[in-house]
Amino acid sequence: MTNQFEYTKEEVKTPEGAERTRPGRTYVPRVDIYETETEFVLLADLPGVDENSLDITLENDVLTLNGQVNFEPPQGYDLAHVEYGIGDFHRTFAISDKIDRDKIEATIKHGVLRLVMPKKTGPSTRKINVKSA
Amino acid sequence: MWWSDFDDRRTTLLRELERIMREWERPKTAAPAYPALNVWANPEGLIVTAELPGVEPEDIEISIVDRTLTLSGTRRPDTNGEGIKFHRRERGHGKFTRTLQLPFGVEKEKVDAIFNKGVLSIILPRAEAEKPRKVKVKAA
Repeated sequence: MTNQFEYTKEEVKTPEGAERTRPGRTYVPRVDIYETETEFVLLADLPGVDENSLDITLENDVLTLNGQVNFEPPQGYDLAHVEYGIGDFHRTFAISDKIDRDKIEATIKHGVLRLVMPKKTGPSTRKINVKSA
Repeated sequence: MWWSDFDDRRTTLLRELERIMREWERPKTAAPAYPALNVWANPEGLIVTAELPGVEPEDIEISIVDRTLTLSGTRRPDTNGEGIKFHRRERGHGKFTRTLQLPFGVEKEKVDAIFNKGVLSIILPRAEAEKPRKVKVKAA
C-alpha cells in the first residue's frame, strides 16, 4: 500500500444558514486534474454514483459535479462497524477559458468520472487592430 | 419468548464484533488503513463493504482462511505521467491489504462478492454448524 491513500472522506461545508435540499451528508470527491498538450482531464472518485445519478453542469466559468448516492442498507442487518460515511458528492471548479466547451466529454466507470476537456485549437487570443479615427 | 432470546444473541454478537473491530490490525504509523470498511451483521452472517472506485474487479482479491478475511488489491494509476502536468493530485494508487478477524466461521462456498459502481460488498454467510441453536430440555 502506498502512503498516498487517504481514507477519511471530507464533508462539504454548507454556508451558515443554508440548508441542503436532500437529507444526509455530502462529501467532497477526491480528484486528479492534469493537462496534456491537447486537453485537460479531470478524474473524480465517486463510489456509488453511475451515469444516471451524476449531474454535471457548466455555467459561465463554473463546472459543478453533483453525484447522488442512492444507498439501500442491507435488509435485516444491523450496522456493526463504521469506518466511512455514505452520502452524495458535490464539488465545483472554475474552468479555464482555453477549453472548447462544446467538446467536453464525460464517462463514468467503477465509480470514477473521467471528464475530458479539449483545448481550443487555433489562437486563443484575437488581436484587435486599432484604426486611427 | 423466542424473540427476546434472539435479541440477546444479537446483542452478544454485536458486542463481540465491536470488540474484534477494535482489535483490528492497524498500521502503527499515522497512515490510515485503506480501504475503509463498513460491516453489517445479523445472526446469519456478515456483509463487509468497501469503497474502491477505479479498481478493476480482476485486481481485487478476497481470501478466507479459517476465521480471517483478507481483502487485497491494486489501484492502478490512470496515466503513466509522461508529458503531462498535474494541477490536482488527490487520488491515491498502489497496492492495499486489509485483514479482518471474523467472529464466526463462514460457509466458504457460499461467500459472494459484488462490485457495483466502485463499491464492493462481500457477503459472508455464517457456517451452519456455528449458528446458535436452541436446545430442547427433555424431562428425564
